Amino acid sequence: MRMTKRSDMTNLKAGLIRGNAVILSILTASVFIALMGHNPFSVFGSMIVGAFGTAFRIKDTLTIAIPLIVTSIGIMIAFKMKFWNIGAEGQILMGAYAASYFALNYSTLPKWLLLPLMFVAGFIGGGIWSLIPALLKVKFDTNETIITLMLNYIAIKWITYLQYGPWKDPNSLGFPKIANFEDSAILPKVFGLHIGWIIAIVIVVIVSVVLAKTKKGFEISVVGESLDTARYAGMNVKQIIISAIFASGGICGIVGMMEVSGVNQTLTTGVSSGYGYTAIITAWLSGLKASIIIPVSILFAAMIKGGSFIQTAFQIPQSAADLLQSLILFFVIGSEFFIQYRIVRINKREVVLND
Amino acid sequence: MISGFFVAMVIAATPLLLATLGELMTEKAGHLNLGVEGMMLLGAVAGFGAGYSTDSPILAVIAAAMAGGFGGLIYGFLTITLRANQVVSGLTLTIFGTGLSSFIGTRFVGKKMSDSFITFFEPKKIPILGDIPFIGPIMFEHDYFIYGSYTIAILLGVYLYKTRIGLHLTAVGENPSAADASGINVALYKYVHVVMGGALCGLGGAYLATVDVPQWQDGITAGRGWIAIALVIFVSWNPIKAIFGSLLFGGLSIIGFRLQQFNISQNLLDALPYIVTIVVLIISSMRKSKENGPPKGLSVPYFREER
Repeated sequence: MRMTKRSDMTNLKAGLIRGNAVILSILTASVFIALMGHNPFSVFGSMIVGAFGTAFRIKDTLTIAIPLIVTSIGIMIAFKMKFWNIGAEGQILMGAYAASYFALNYSTLPKWLLLPLMFVAGFIGGGIWSLIPALLKVKFDTNETIITLMLNYIAIKWITYLQYGPWKDPNSLGFPKIANFEDSAILPKVFGLHIGWIIAIVIVVIVSVVLAKTKKGFEISVVGESLDTARYAGMNVKQIIISAIFASGGICGIVGMMEVSGVNQTLTTGVSSGYGYTAIITAWLSGLKASIIIPVSILFAAMIKGGSFIQTAFQIPQSAADLLQSLILFFVIGSEFFIQYRIVRINKREVVLND
Repeated sequence: MISGFFVAMVIAATPLLLATLGELMTEKAGHLNLGVEGMMLLGAVAGFGAGYSTDSPILAVIAAAMAGGFGGLIYGFLTITLRANQVVSGLTLTIFGTGLSSFIGTRFVGKKMSDSFITFFEPKKIPILGDIPFIGPIMFEHDYFIYGSYTIAILLGVYLYKTRIGLHLTAVGENPSAADASGINVALYKYVHVVMGGALCGLGGAYLATVDVPQWQDGITAGRGWIAIALVIFVSWNPIKAIFGSLLFGGLSIIGFRLQQFNISQNLLDALPYIVTIVVLIISSMRKSKENGPPKGLSVPYFREER
């Protein structure tokens, strides 16, 4: 047997192969569930009911989908350049920190002024946090994966420090928490869901257009394909990487702003709730395509929401949802091989003839 | 007081050392496995589970190594056989390991290892060497696990630089096509070392869960797997240097606790190991040279057909 590169792969075929991979991963998960003594159909069934069963649950699921969509878009920009930014978690937290600074100190400002201020602060906060690995990468070729991850831990410690120290709410009777935001710092709701869903759609549209239609987007894809090609074409590679990563981190920072303002209404270390890591999966599964990120993120949000539902219904730990996600990703990563290559059985006689 | 700090430093360094050696071996085969954290957690839960239910230290060690190796095998199948993207495969392995250890670990919450198990891993003084003043108690009065890790580090150094198989491995990591042409079974070398590397990471996790803190804690590794990946770069892929690198970081990770008396916020001190990791990475990337660089074939999938 040997492998050869495929040349006949259509988008439809590739989609079918990925779809099969997802089905296989769900079958594998079903076997595990059955081994645990549960009926896979009722477990998956109640996951769906738990995520979409009532209007309230749908709202919950979408509230999780919003940060996932926006974070995935931010990560996608970085991944397109093969800049392995796994620091979205920290960028979300630092965006949340910057937005909270204005929410807590300028709460007397009118809402129409304070919210945009927080939005810009969130973008800049996340952006600056991502500039650190970007500058190190272009200057010293430092491994960005580890730097971004270390910055996640540092961001968590920083927020914990604020929570227990300088930002501790004096009215909380000694309980270490940061004060709740005033009404002027809270995102309004549209159709019962905080306005972040409109922001998410706008961000998806803007990023898709920029990537597909502008010079900047073209430069990003060339840098991602080959640094040498980009340099040969006379592009300023360093400047492209820095500006794109600033945007990538900034978009993640917006998530931080939306979460503190629209969901938590205060700043805690739990603001990012692992979205920064889950979004790595959703961005990759979407094939780094902005339009596909929306359905994939909603699916993953449903898995998170449904996962917490089956925890109470079947006493299956919440981490089962993480397992299911990683299983799906394992199968889809593996399936890429069959999209790019085909295995050809070599005929014995053919080999003899060739020799 | 001071020697107490050094003893604690050696203990804190051990999980880092094992994970660093594991990742080092993996990278020598040309594979960047970002799943160290996941493999450590797999080893932690398997080691704890086996040790808790059988009271056998040997079975705990074997189970931890097998669980870590199993993580390495998944990663190996994806990246060696299926030529998948190494970064994404490794990240997924971390998510998988974290999820699985927390999933299985729910039944161990609040559980403690038995007294006989803890006694087995109590510090044992090495005769004569342990009596050297100051150095003796720091270096030669530890548990079997610690002696084992230092032995592995030294053996790995000999293996990589002095044996034929070790030199072949370097060839596979540096230039797989040339190694293949000279008759080395590239895929076999990669598989063996990726799986063995995973097993070492699993042992590192098991040390944390069964010896260092013999009580189950969810997510006990707390980012040590990532520090180990940075350490591999810091020690420029040299197992002997890995001993000193992990000691340095072991010291940093406990210094915060000791500095509390100087009225510095514990939360800020907790960030110290992560900040130092960044500084160390910057320094190592600034003095990048030919001898200290990564294996040339690192993260590049090898296709015989495209040779």
